[in-house]
Amino acid sequence: MHISEGILPASVLVTGAVLTIGATALGLNKLEHDKIPQTAILSSAFFVASLIHVPLGPTSVHLLLNGLVGIILGWIAFPALLIALFLQAILFQFGGLTVLGVNTFNMAFPAVVAFYICRPFLRKKSKWAVGVAGALAAVIGVGLAGIFVALELAITGQQFIPVAKLVLLAHVPVIIIEAVITSVALGFILRAKPEILGVKV
Amino acid sequence: MFEESLAEGRSFLHQLDPRVKVVVAFSYAIIVALSSHLLSLIWAGLFVGFLFVLAQLEPRRVLRQVLVANYFILLLVIVLPFTYPGKVLYSVGPLSLTKEGAIYALHIFLKSNLILTCLVLLLSTSSVFTIAHALHHLHVSEKLVQLIFFSFRYVHVIHREYQKLMAAIKLRGFVPRTNLHTYKTYAYLVSSLLIKSYDRSERVYKAMLCRGFKGVFPTYKHFKMQRKDKLFALGAAFYLIFLILWAF
Repeated sequence: MHISEGILPASVLVTGAVLTIGATALGLNKLEHDKIPQTAILSSAFFVASLIHVPLGPTSVHLLLNGLVGIILGWIAFPALLIALFLQAILFQFGGLTVLGVNTFNMAFPAVVAFYICRPFLRKKSKWAVGVAGALAAVIGVGLAGIFVALELAITGQQFIPVAKLVLLAHVPVIIIEAVITSVALGFILRAKPEILGVKV
Repeated sequence: MFEESLAEGRSFLHQLDPRVKVVVAFSYAIIVALSSHLLSLIWAGLFVGFLFVLAQLEPRRVLRQVLVANYFILLLVIVLPFTYPGKVLYSVGPLSLTKEGAIYALHIFLKSNLILTCLVLLLSTSSVFTIAHALHHLHVSEKLVQLIFFSFRYVHVIHREYQKLMAAIKLRGFVPRTNLHTYKTYAYLVSSLLIKSYDRSERVYKAMLCRGFKGVFPTYKHFKMQRKDKLFALGAAFYLIFLILWAF
């Protein structure tokens, strides 16, 4: 969920922007020139994937997939997601410019955490380990993102605490659906095209 | 889907130097986002009205695009009047609507929509490639600008790929429901999309190497500030300083 313009106070906006700039610089450093087209195309694939609405009972939710981005890209998830969010902000006005730092951090930091926690599972080469890695990446990616949004709202003021709780609640079904989708997708990618993950079979 | 129809036009704003537009849009967004007085938003609103005149776009098209993005704000506008401490205006059961809360919600609603309207008028009147080009001239990291170029170029291609895959799935009788089969199908859809995109990126990169790509895009076209660009930049700078004085 993207936070909109005009809600968060300067302290939160600046902290988010500084953290995102630092981590993006780190990610860009790790990004070699010949990998730019690949990263960009993955970034746009995730942009398109986030437009996919998955049915959930009477409503639908859209996919975040930041856990999967994290497993594939590591720190490069920061520039990749920054670009995806920037495009969403200027094409659809989802999120915005002043909140770009905060929104990128909310999505990309959990992606990096998922990278460090889930990557070791992939070396095990068992079907189960891969499934667990995918599910875990989704839980970390979506769960942490929801926690960050809720925390930022709670810091902004007491009056936001009920909204923060609603936001957390809204992330629970998304976590479950994404856990299923990410674990199946990760298994499929490892079987069909392990090069994407940089893993040798 | 991503046709950038607002970027077509020959108005003053369409022809304004995109570097000026990016800088003004960004400064305006920061000032308005942090402003603490409800009244200062009148001045902020005047600027948006002025931009409407300069852009010569149908107001309905612009406003529709802005309002669609309001789902998060909508949640806040509904909840905040009941959770903000203050003078109670109206109560239903355990809920009580406060005057301060209603004003606060209105403030946030206006701030957010003013910024978004300004962004649409200033940035959507240029194509994304022009904006990326302007970011390059504003010394944004070379790699980041290249990422924007490639990503936006491929968003269209990949979206078409997605529609093709979705059509193929539907032709085979798929109806999305809340069950495991649906989620597995979407997982396969997402991974096929990623794999196809990855293969395409390799082909694209090899084709670029064949044509002599050395890791940088040379820029042949340089923006040139004309008199009207300088005038607009100067006017906007004065206005923004005035706005700062009012907003804090």
